[in-house]
Amino acid sequence: MDIPYTVQPRPDTGVYNAKMGIWLFLASEVMLFGGLFSAYVLLRVGADVWPYGWLNIPLGTANTFVLITSSITTVLAWVALKNNQFSRFKLFHAITLVCALCFLGIKSFEYHDKFMHYEITLANGKFADGHLIGKSKDFDLEKKTGSVTLHGYEVDQEVELMDLQRPEVRQIQREEITIPAVEIKKMGNYGPWHNTYTAIYFTLTGLHALHVIGGALVIGFLWGPGSRMWKTDPERFTNRIEVSGLFWHFVDLIWIFLFPVLYLL
Amino acid sequence: MGATVDQFPPYRDRQAHHAHDGPGFWRQYIFSTDHKVIGIQYGLGALCFMLFGFFLMLLMRWQMAHPGQPVPVVGWLMEKTLGQVAANGAMSSDLYNSFGAMHGTIMVFLGVVPLAFAAFGNYVVPLMIGAPDMAFPRVNMASYQCFVLGGIVMLVSFFIPGGAAQAGWTSYSPLATSIPTDGQVFWIIGMALIITSSLLSAVNFIATIIQLRAPGMTWMRLPFFVWAQFVTGFLLLLAFPPLEAAAVMQLMDKVAHTSFFLPTGLAIGGQLANVSGGGSPLLWQHLFWFLGHPEVYVLILPAMGIVCEIIANNTRKPIWGYKSLVYSALVVGFLSFLVWAHHMYLTGMGQKIATFFQATTMIISIPSVIILTCLLISLWGGSIRFNTPMLFALGFLPMFGMGGLTGLPLGLAPSDIHLHDTYYVIAHFHYVVAPGTIFALFAGIYYWYPKMTGRKMNEFWGRVHFWCSFVFMNIVFLPMFAQGMKGMLRRMADGGANYSAARVPGVIDTLPNSIMELHTWILWAAMALGLAQIPFIINLFWSIRHGEQVKSDNPWQSTTLEWQTPTPPPHGNFATPPRIYRGPYEYSVPGHASDFFPQNEPEK
Repeated sequence: MDIPYTVQPRPDTGVYNAKMGIWLFLASEVMLFGGLFSAYVLLRVGADVWPYGWLNIPLGTANTFVLITSSITTVLAWVALKNNQFSRFKLFHAITLVCALCFLGIKSFEYHDKFMHYEITLANGKFADGHLIGKSKDFDLEKKTGSVTLHGYEVDQEVELMDLQRPEVRQIQREEITIPAVEIKKMGNYGPWHNTYTAIYFTLTGLHALHVIGGALVIGFLWGPGSRMWKTDPERFTNRIEVSGLFWHFVDLIWIFLFPVLYLL
Repeated sequence: MGATVDQFPPYRDRQAHHAHDGPGFWRQYIFSTDHKVIGIQYGLGALCFMLFGFFLMLLMRWQMAHPGQPVPVVGWLMEKTLGQVAANGAMSSDLYNSFGAMHGTIMVFLGVVPLAFAAFGNYVVPLMIGAPDMAFPRVNMASYQCFVLGGIVMLVSFFIPGGAAQAGWTSYSPLATSIPTDGQVFWIIGMALIITSSLLSAVNFIATIIQLRAPGMTWMRLPFFVWAQFVTGFLLLLAFPPLEAAAVMQLMDKVAHTSFFLPTGLAIGGQLANVSGGGSPLLWQHLFWFLGHPEVYVLILPAMGIVCEIIANNTRKPIWGYKSLVYSALVVGFLSFLVWAHHMYLTGMGQKIATFFQATTMIISIPSVIILTCLLISLWGGSIRFNTPMLFALGFLPMFGMGGLTGLPLGLAPSDIHLHDTYYVIAHFHYVVAPGTIFALFAGIYYWYPKMTGRKMNEFWGRVHFWCSFVFMNIVFLPMFAQGMKGMLRRMADGGANYSAARVPGVIDTLPNSIMELHTWILWAAMALGLAQIPFIINLFWSIRHGEQVKSDNPWQSTTLEWQTPTPPPHGNFATPPRIYRGPYEYSVPGHASDFFPQNEPEK
């Protein structure tokens, strides 16, 4: 006996096995991200102030469009296979892959920006905030030697750094500030350790990026070496494209939630 | 159903005949995609882990009865392999904490769940629904490999500097995060692998049950065991991911120095911790118990399924209230997602929330009681065959009943305030899982063994195994209720000796000697319980070659489909695609020639 319904749908459920499997898997993925989103809610509700405007909204918007485009081309690639147009499938899924790479490129630029962004607590109680330009060769925070140069500004209270979209903050002139190590009380970049906002930002988007990478690898395989199956078993190959497409739509959907939650709210 | 045998020579003969073109040793036994081989792999793996977890417990029991004294027999080995934490062969508090955390983790995640869900589910479910294999055989293999890897990571963590995780199987932050060793990181990575494994299994099981039922196998003709596995699959599918999310966050706390679970102003060892703060320890507990409570039903539902099959078979009559059983299992599954915070009454989460969770907790006991009652009433008026599987199944009923009923005071906040975190809790959930679930698992092993090997396990030694286990289990766990009600806390590395010694006469009623002495009773009973497993272990392996050979493919004269196949079932399971004509428990049908009417036998 062979396993039934590997390619043809089972009449009473209307789906073939792999499609059932991917829907179940996506249900568990909903719970995975659901757990993290609920962590976001709990942390935000418990926080005194929650940062706003720390992320680049135009870049986030661009990435949203990139992912939506890739979702559309994923559907078009599958439709092309259904219509027996293999070269159109190749074209559309090539665009999907380019979009995936584009998304990851923009995301890594945003990550890099956060890692170069420093907040320095000064000995005089003020706060310097800005992007790192350079450290002098003998810079050592422990030994209090050398200096560090930022492109940014100083504020009196840390809470002023929590909303970077306020007009007052936007009007402040950014300039090169060089701070000697002796004046530095504490120094740290906007990595995950900065506060609970950056922590949940990096965790959620990092996990999402891993999903993008995983999806891109699968789609890349089906686009390249895996597409040989089209010649031997076109129906099964079309199913594979459909199933990987479902996953890709899910990854896209997660971003549709992430974007407003992390960038806009 | 000798017909299938005649049409289809037994697997072994066929194997001998086609030895040269069959799969090689590695493909057949190690990297197999056959659900039956994977089921047996899971079963043996899980039994080994359970034995290991049991040994950890024995060492802890020694420490509690004789705090600080060198462990006899294996003390030198502990010192040699684990080093300073077991200096002079005695157990340090750190080591005790490690063993405690790993005993829980191993028993739950590497022992009982793989055995109850993955092993029996893999072997039996596809046979019961008339399927040739699982829906995704290669995913199935990947699931087992993840399980093995997760187990290896957990075992390796004992030997890293600082030893294994020490913060209990619940790994509450900030304690888990602030212990300055890497045991917790290993625990998280091991858990991630185990979670991946059960996720793959869950997807596979549910898809298999929905998609691969044989023609005529409608939902209400599924054996209850399949229903139990179906609900369990959904619990694993939906409850484990939030723990995975929590594990990711705890890993971030540990390696990327985030503060998901670390509050502002956290002090470790009297020093203000160098963390950004702002995190919530309650968040971990919510996410952990969102898995943790459905997990309880992951442990118990497959056990109920096994007991149901065995009771129906050995009372020779239909199970009482099949539909009630099915609906109760579904309701239990759904409600188990709504009761998690009854583990957290003492966290100060607020009375309104506590009230909600008390209500749901009381409600979920209703379907559980319905299931147990159906099984109990099924015995009524049956001509019961008392074989070993039936003995274990019957043992399950009162033991699980005790475990369940003693849970009620824990589900109500006022009484929980007194009992929380005491040995009462330990006794309660061990009654559910040890003489409850594990008895059902033993029953399942004795029951399905003839299908797997073509031979029965020895009946006499099976009975010895049952009666000794039954007696000693109770001597181990019953005294713990008394200890807990007297206020003995769990997780004390000296078994409470310090508290007992610090007694202020006439001021506080602390742990009296009568309660402390119970530790010795428990220690000896636990050792005897260990000895009682020796007949089982020998029986298990000895019977593969020397057990009594079964005369037909259906030695228990059962109605369900797994017995209507050749013994052991070949790759692909059924000689001809089965067709199902009736429900699963058509025993003693009036007017039928024999007292069982298999599901796939056409009406004459």
